[in-house]
Amino acid sequence: MSHAAEDIKKHVRTYIAVFVALAGLTVVTVGVSYLHLTMPIAVTVALVIATIKSSLVAAYFMHLISERRLIHSILVTTLLLFIAMILIIFFTDQGVMSRGIHS
Amino acid sequence: MSTAVIHYIDEPHPVTGVTNSKLGIWLFIASEIMLFGALFSSYIILRVGNPAWPQGWTVLNVPLATLNTMILITSSVTMVMSWAALMTNRFDRFRLYMGLTILLGLGFMVVKGFEYSHKFHHEHFPWTNNFYGIYFTLTGLHGLHVLGGILVNLYFLLTGSKLWKANPTMFAGRIEAAGLYWHFVDLVWIFLFPSIYLL
Amino acid sequence: MSEHNDHSHELGFIRKYVFSVDHKTIGIQYAITGLLFLFFGFCLMMLMRWQLAYPGEALPLVASWLDNSQMMPGGVMSPDLYNAFGAMHGTIMVFLGVVPLGVGGFGNYIVPLQVGAPDMAFPKLNAASYWSYFVGGVIMLGSFFLPGGPAQSGWTSYPPLSNLASTGQTMWLVGMIFLIASSLLGSVNFLVTIIQLRAKGLSFFRMPFFVWAQFVTAFLLLLAFPPLQAAAVFQLMDRVAGTSFFMPSGLVVSGMPLQVAGGGSPILWQHLFWFLAHPEVYVLILPALGIVTEVIANNTRKPLYGYKTMVYSVLFLGFLSFVVWAHHMFMTGMGTVMSNFFQTTTMIISIPSVILLSCLIITLWGASIRYNLPMMFALAFLPMFAIGGLTGLPLGLATSDIYLHDTYYVIGHFHYVVAPGTLFALFAGIYYWYPKATGRMMNNILGKLHFWISFISINGIFMPMFIQGFAGVSRRLHTPNFYAHSEAIQGTNVFMSISAWVLGAAQLLFIINFFMSLRTGKKASDNPWDATTLEWATPTPPPHGNFLQEPVVHRGPYEYSVPGKATDYVPQQVS
Repeated sequence: MSHAAEDIKKHVRTYIAVFVALAGLTVVTVGVSYLHLTMPIAVTVALVIATIKSSLVAAYFMHLISERRLIHSILVTTLLLFIAMILIIFFTDQGVMSRGIHS
Repeated sequence: MSTAVIHYIDEPHPVTGVTNSKLGIWLFIASEIMLFGALFSSYIILRVGNPAWPQGWTVLNVPLATLNTMILITSSVTMVMSWAALMTNRFDRFRLYMGLTILLGLGFMVVKGFEYSHKFHHEHFPWTNNFYGIYFTLTGLHGLHVLGGILVNLYFLLTGSKLWKANPTMFAGRIEAAGLYWHFVDLVWIFLFPSIYLL
Repeated sequence: MSEHNDHSHELGFIRKYVFSVDHKTIGIQYAITGLLFLFFGFCLMMLMRWQLAYPGEALPLVASWLDNSQMMPGGVMSPDLYNAFGAMHGTIMVFLGVVPLGVGGFGNYIVPLQVGAPDMAFPKLNAASYWSYFVGGVIMLGSFFLPGGPAQSGWTSYPPLSNLASTGQTMWLVGMIFLIASSLLGSVNFLVTIIQLRAKGLSFFRMPFFVWAQFVTAFLLLLAFPPLQAAAVFQLMDRVAGTSFFMPSGLVVSGMPLQVAGGGSPILWQHLFWFLAHPEVYVLILPALGIVTEVIANNTRKPLYGYKTMVYSVLFLGFLSFVVWAHHMFMTGMGTVMSNFFQTTTMIISIPSVILLSCLIITLWGASIRYNLPMMFALAFLPMFAIGGLTGLPLGLATSDIYLHDTYYVIGHFHYVVAPGTLFALFAGIYYWYPKATGRMMNNILGKLHFWISFISINGIFMPMFIQGFAGVSRRLHTPNFYAHSEAIQGTNVFMSISAWVLGAAQLLFIINFFMSLRTGKKASDNPWDATTLEWATPTPPPHGNFLQEPVVHRGPYEYSVPGKATDYVPQQVS
């Protein structure tokens, strides 16, 4: 990634554009919450919007979009493990996770 | 006596293409992804096992948290602008943007302080129930991470000119690493905010 | 390019030896601290073994000054004290002993040398890692002086018991937070050093296997520890702030319902704990496998058999280690889908382990074996690790685990891997690299006595545990003859305890040898073992910055007995 002044000016334009997108998506996600959708749909919408927002931050603020393969592979590995952890813990027998000893 | 030096501190490795500090900060971020991932999966498990779990917007102050979200997003922009300023050799602009980032970070903590004290005033504590337990613990840990970032940024703001004069490339690399950490903290909030406040 | 030449001759004593940022000094700090903790943890067990051999009898010698109405009434070990010693024995051995020695000690000292680097990538971070470990260790030791004693809910700290335990448990949690921070900082350092600072010509597939092992270990530490960090925070909140993350509703303690909000999940702790603790056991074994590989390659005077296979196996092992953890939880009531999943992944993970062991054994075929001290320990490692691994199979299969879970069979299994396994490998490493660090050889006679007495007595301790396990004797049992089935084989306990005390005495030989040889050991050359890897290409001991000139690597790490060469080894950096 070269750091000539014109390049940085282009980056700055991108940063502003991403900021506007993030602000807009924040308004959207809060607005949708006022619709009081049913839980499965509400969760999906909220997580999809959060994923888009975080992808913008990661890609442009954290420069991941132009980053090296080494960094990408570290993150992909981590995300796979993260997903494995969330899924496996979640899918363990729900009856065992109940809150009372009487259930 | 050896003449050896540690390489790739300010210039990137020819094969990997990154400096030591950039690789180091991304590895650290990877471990933080696992930390917050564990916190989130615990939240999911506790919530799924508890049908009486209230919806966030019924209990928490959504407008205030939305303000906080905007504050943090703005601070992410000012953070990356402070790095961009260094890359265009404008140290004065760096100080401006870094100062703004720190102020916005402090603003986030102040708003959080209002939220917490409001809860305490209404007799809602971490031990009241697991909703509050998760709320205080997850936002509290996130807040500690924000605080850590503020301290690091403050250190660079106050002592930066010395290293900038001695080795501008290395200083820019450090600010980039600090920026990556700061963006990650913002990223966590982007997930935390809807999960806790809006659902 | 920035200059990081260090003017160490200008540093005072404190900066040079106490708060040093040199990886070799830090490595020695880790190693000595780790060895001290290993010995202390072993002393705890030697005391417990008295209670196990002679239940209800006052401890000899120490009884008078340990007499304490609560913990040691009349000098007899109470159940609370037994549990406290048990929990701390496990904690200290795993987190304060083996990993700091294997990773912090050997890893720190050897990895930068073997990759041809002048130091770790982040020397100051390295020092911070050590001192964070030190603080964590002090906190753990300090908990012994609390009125209620240290943690006593097992090294596994399962709630609700651990939530309700005395203050010692809180100190355990705080100590763990420091230890985990130390690990995380250290693992970043290892990974960046190995990825970025390899010498010219040292491609990944020319790295010694020891470095590959440390590389995978660092990834395990980096990504597996954070969930335990999260769990420790949750448990701290439960204990200190009264939350109910792990407290179920409706819990009644001593006839009184607990005044907590409830709604928590004790199983959640187990998931978060074992998500770390399973990869942790690979953290315990991988540095040891690395050391054994170096020693065996060197003392067979032939190239390692299946180097590439071993590398792919250890990488595969690392990834798999993240998806087997619930085989520690087969008895928690999980459904068959989950237990099938974990049983399958556990069986699969035995494959790379067997491949690694097989490659080492096949390396011995047709070799000119040199039976020096490091090699004796490394050779002993092989069958001991095999026993440990094979005895794990009935535990990894859910049906047989129903009977064996929480019995002495489990204790026998994991001790075989860690004690005559890892610990013997670490001893091999000390005997092997001592000449490089000190310029002296360790004494052979003391070493051989240390080896044989340790080898025999250590088997005497752990082999009968399988018998006890099959008989149904449960672990964490203060009164071994309480049940008829355990009383019937109480004799094994006497045999095991005597073996333990003999093992303890044998370590004195090692300690004497270690310190005595600093003064009187035979002077060693720069490369007394005629080894090929880069750490032997430095002066002895290596100076700050390690290599007089930046090394350039021309070949792989195990070029022994290459046809047509004048010597039976060709070092990596020779052109």
